[in-house]
Parts: sequence; C-alpha cells; structure tokens
Amino acid sequence: MAAVRHFLTCHGRRLVVWIPLLWLVVFFALPLVEVAQTSFTEPRRGIPPFAPLWGFGEDGFFTNFNLENYGLLVEYSQDYLRPATNSVRLAFFSTLICLVFAYPMAWWIARSSPSQRAILLVLVMLPFWTSSLLRIYALIGLLNTNGFINSMLLQLGLIEAPIRMMQTDFSIYMGMLLTYLPLMILPLYAVMIRLDDDLLDAAADLGASRVEVFRTIVLPLTVPGIIAGSLLVFIPAVGEFVIPALLGGPEQVMIGKVLWTEFFRNRDWPVASAIAMLLLAILALPIIYARYQDGRKTALDRAEDAGRGGAA
Amino acid sequence: MTGSPFIRISNVTRRFGDVVAVDDLSLDIAKGELFCLLGASGCGKTTLLRMLAGFEGVDTGSIEIDGIDMSRVPPATRPVNIMFQNYALFPHMTVDSNIAYGLKRAGLPRAEIESRVAELLRLVRLSGMGGRKPHQLSGGQRQRVALARALARRPKLLLLDEPLAALDKKLREDTQFELVDIQERLETTFIVVTHDQEEAMTLATRIGVMDAGKLVQVDSPRTLYDRPKNSFIADFLGTVSFLEGKVKSAKGGVLQVDGPIPVTAVDPGGFAVGDHVRMAIRPERISLARESGGGVNEMKVTVEDMAFTGVASNYRVVGPGGLLLKLTQPNMRRGEPALEWEETGYVAFDPADVVLLRD
Repeated sequence: MAAVRHFLTCHGRRLVVWIPLLWLVVFFALPLVEVAQTSFTEPRRGIPPFAPLWGFGEDGFFTNFNLENYGLLVEYSQDYLRPATNSVRLAFFSTLICLVFAYPMAWWIARSSPSQRAILLVLVMLPFWTSSLLRIYALIGLLNTNGFINSMLLQLGLIEAPIRMMQTDFSIYMGMLLTYLPLMILPLYAVMIRLDDDLLDAAADLGASRVEVFRTIVLPLTVPGIIAGSLLVFIPAVGEFVIPALLGGPEQVMIGKVLWTEFFRNRDWPVASAIAMLLLAILALPIIYARYQDGRKTALDRAEDAGRGGAA
Repeated sequence: MTGSPFIRISNVTRRFGDVVAVDDLSLDIAKGELFCLLGASGCGKTTLLRMLAGFEGVDTGSIEIDGIDMSRVPPATRPVNIMFQNYALFPHMTVDSNIAYGLKRAGLPRAEIESRVAELLRLVRLSGMGGRKPHQLSGGQRQRVALARALARRPKLLLLDEPLAALDKKLREDTQFELVDIQERLETTFIVVTHDQEEAMTLATRIGVMDAGKLVQVDSPRTLYDRPKNSFIADFLGTVSFLEGKVKSAKGGVLQVDGPIPVTAVDPGGFAVGDHVRMAIRPERISLARESGGGVNEMKVTVEDMAFTGVASNYRVVGPGGLLLKLTQPNMRRGEPALEWEETGYVAFDPADVVLLRD
C-alpha cells in the first residue's frame, strides 16, 4: 500500500499528463496515421476494402505504396475541385456572416450586468442542447413555400405569392448561422469580458470618437477572439454537408458529400482517405503556420525582455 | 486670480439609486493649484472626479471650467485629461503610440506629434523607451507613461486617480516630489484623488476632505492638521487623543475646562461657560517626563504600551480615571533613559496645542 502511495506521489504529476496524452495518441494520432496509410493503398473487394500497405507475406516483408489515389484526384480534379471550392466558399462566407452577427451580440452580453449575462449565455448555448438535425427541420418548416413565414406574410397581405426561400443561398446560410453562431460568440465573449472599461474611458478622454475607440482599442484587442471564433466556425464548416444537402439545391455538392459518397457508396476508401488528407492539409497548414508565427513572436518578445532585463 | 475661479463646482449632486454619491457639493479651485480630494473609499471622491472628466452626468448643479459650463461637453472635447488608477495604458501599443494617441485624435501633423512625444518622454525621464510595450515596463515607468499620455494634449485640468497607489513605498516617496515638480513647471491645474492622507499632505496645496458625498473641510494641509474643524477630520488626518469636558470659565482668551482632568486651553472664540467640549491633542505635542514639571495641563500616567519606530517612539499611556493618551517622543535625548512598560511618569501639553472641537 505504502509503495503504491509512494509511486503515486512521485509519478502522480506525470500520470496526469500521460493519461490525456495516451488518449490523444490512441484516439487521434493512430486513426490519423491509419487514414494517411489508407490513402496510399490500392482498393480491392473485401474487408477491409483496400490492400494492406505493408506486411509479411510468403516472400517476407513487402510494401505496396502507391500514389495513384492522389493521381486520381489530379486526373479528375474537375469532379473534386468544384466541391472543394464550394466547401471553402461556404465555410468562408459562413464564418464572415457568423462574425458579423456574433460580434455585436458578444459585445452586448459582455456589457450586460452579471445576472443578465448568465441568462444570455445560457440562451446562446441552449440550441446546442437540441439535435442540430431537429433545428434544421424546424428551419425548413419556417422557410418553406407554404411554411410559417410565407403564410404569415400572405395573410398580412404583404406579398401576393410565396417567396422562394428554401434551396437558395439564403436558406443554406441561415442554417449555417443557426448552427455555428454560438461557436463564434463564445470566444469573442471570452475576450471582450476581459477588456478593461478604463481603456475605453481613457481613449474617449484622449479625444477618440466612438468609432475611433472601436477601431483603435476594441478591435485590435479582440483580434484573438476573432481568430479563435473564425477557426472554430471555418474548420467544421468546410466539412459540413448535411446543412447544404437539406437546405440547399441539388447543385450544391460539398467536399464533405463527395467524401461521404466515395467512402460509403463507392466503397473506395483509399480515394476517400486521399481526399481527407488533402482537406486536412488545406485546413491545418495555415493554422500551423499561424501558430508558428505567433510562437516565434512570443519567443522574440521574451528574448527582448530578457535582454533588456539584463541591461537594466 | 481675477474674476470667477478656474473651476467652479456649484451644488453638484449625483445619485446611484438610493445612494447619494455626491451630495450638494460646492467647491472652487484656482488656476495652477494642486488640489487634493481626500476621503475613505465610497466617500464620493471618485464619482466627483469622473464627473469632472465627463464620464458621469450631473443630476443637479453645475460644473464650470475656465468659465465654460461643462454639462453638455463630452469627455473627448473637455480641456480635461485623467490619469487612471491602474494607468489604463493601451497594452497593444508602444509607449510612443500611447503618448501620441491623444495627439493623433487631435489631428496634429506627424512631425509635431513626434517632437511633442519626445518632449514628454524627456519630461517624465523615459527617453529611449518609446519603443517598448507597457508589459515591458516597471510599475514606476508605467505610471510615468500614463502621466505623459494624460499631459500630451496640454489639458487645462489634469485629474489623477490615486496616482501613487500602485507603487511601493520607497518609489512612492520619490514620485511624489517628481509629480509636484512637474506640476509646478507646467502650471497645469491638478486634482488628485486619494485615500492616503500622507500622500495628500505632501502633494497638495489645498486638501478637501470628503465624507458621505460632502466636503467636510477644505484647507491647507497645515491648517487641516493643526485646526481640524471636527473630530472626524482630527481623527482622519493622523493620530489624535480626545479629551471631554465642560467649560468652567472663559476669560482673557483662556478656557478652563473641567473633566477627568482639568485642562487649560487657548480660547479660539465662540465657547461659553457650561458648554460641553471635545478636545484633541496631537501625539507629538505631548511631552513625557519622569519628574513633574509643575506646569499646567500636567498629569501622572502609567506607560501601557510602547513601540520603537526608529525616529521616534510611540507610547500609549493611561492617566487618571482610565484616560488613554497616545503620544510620540522623538528619540534624540541622551542621558535620561526613556520610559519603559509599566513605569510611571508625567505628561504635559501646551494650552495652545489643545484643539477645541464643536462636536
């Protein structure tokens, strides 16, 4: 017993780090490696539906490495490029719209009294507690040709014929906004709540108009929130295909949908994996680069501080 | 000074719900003065400061600066700048940009902004540090950047909210003199808000002591200390011992007061025989000796407590009828050993040092 306790006190701290690390390796890194491997294999009929990349056969160790799947992506780039640009465009404009709506909302919540703030934050998160599919169907009910909004407007005599809202960009972006808005509001709120009121007063005292206070103080100091929120919306939005499929027209093919088709309908796991890897590269590389730049800047700042500290 | 005062605060009231933060307050401040608003937290001094800066509205009454009514003037266009207690430096800007902020808003040409920033950096002795960010500065340096930024627009009135509170004791003492020096050189009117009476005494030419939204007394530091108007002021500014009694006789400018011990005091006027009076005596005005000197206002006491502080020793002594007195004796006498715990001695004070209070 004593030995166990001794072990725990000595290694407890390391254990705390090792458990999540192990979790990440097993459930994140290994599947990622698996997908990466699959993208270099040859498809075949059977279970799993691809030839092993390496192994030990009758002739000993063998590898079966090929780039054909990526070659296919290049060869049939027309079929993959359009869905990819569709997805990136959808993600980009969804992020932008979410930002436009979330920024004032987050500001308003951060400026409310603490008791109001708690209620408003719960209201922001409330939709997360229901199925997103359910919310999309509710939206369809609202936007349909004979849906709630159209019948209301018709009864009020404001319009003569129902407006077509479903299967348009409008309905898609409504769905995206509805789903992703909280992911933008929360990081913005987290940054805004830490903003010192005195900074705004100081700027106003020094002659800044309300617009100038926003431009020179509020906006630069909330950039971390804008970046965090945009990444939180943009990344899942690129892979999104349920919302465009349900709310958009049949012409709106997203890269997520292509991935799904390759995987489940064509059972071409290697090509699906290649698409997934390409998507990952498109998304992850800019983020890694941004993090690297950020880290370098912090390190430079620190080095500068240390240099000055030594000189002083 | 001719005509109306530089700053005129007339019958200003400000309420927050049921709380009256500033209560029918009137105050005139002259040009070039270093005025100090002194009071405990919650006395309304910060609210008054924020009203002068324009961040708080005035419920009733008016504030005039240099003859212009400020009620409709927003903070951005008032000839007033404020130095915040936590300095409120813009963390994403360099020292230069912080100081230049107000000048850019005023639309000054770039060359003039640069020369003014350089001049201000020299004034606060931070030349060569313009490229640093606030987080790379020490507390004292940040304070000086905040001062330079607040002075950049050459305000007619500078408001300072607890300017030295965030500094440690040693730095605070140096900065006090520096602040006074800068104020004298620029001849800008300063209003300092503080809860620290020592800070107020060293900085200010005049102090206004606030309590519960009202100004209790406005005077020079010396007058406030020597002639406090009531026991609140006497107690708030420094240490004091209180005595109670009834006026027995008043003639020839001298009052005889009957109480636990008979007291002779110089008559400030306005007291009649039979009046109940409260008397305050400062600890350094009471002398302590082993032998009786035989003068007026003398009593036999026992040392209850004694604390050596270096320059002086602080005593707590008990006199007739359990009367408690606090006194300070400078540690400069040689020869005669100082009184220690439980020893008895004689205390005495001059009739001129007895402050008679009306409450």
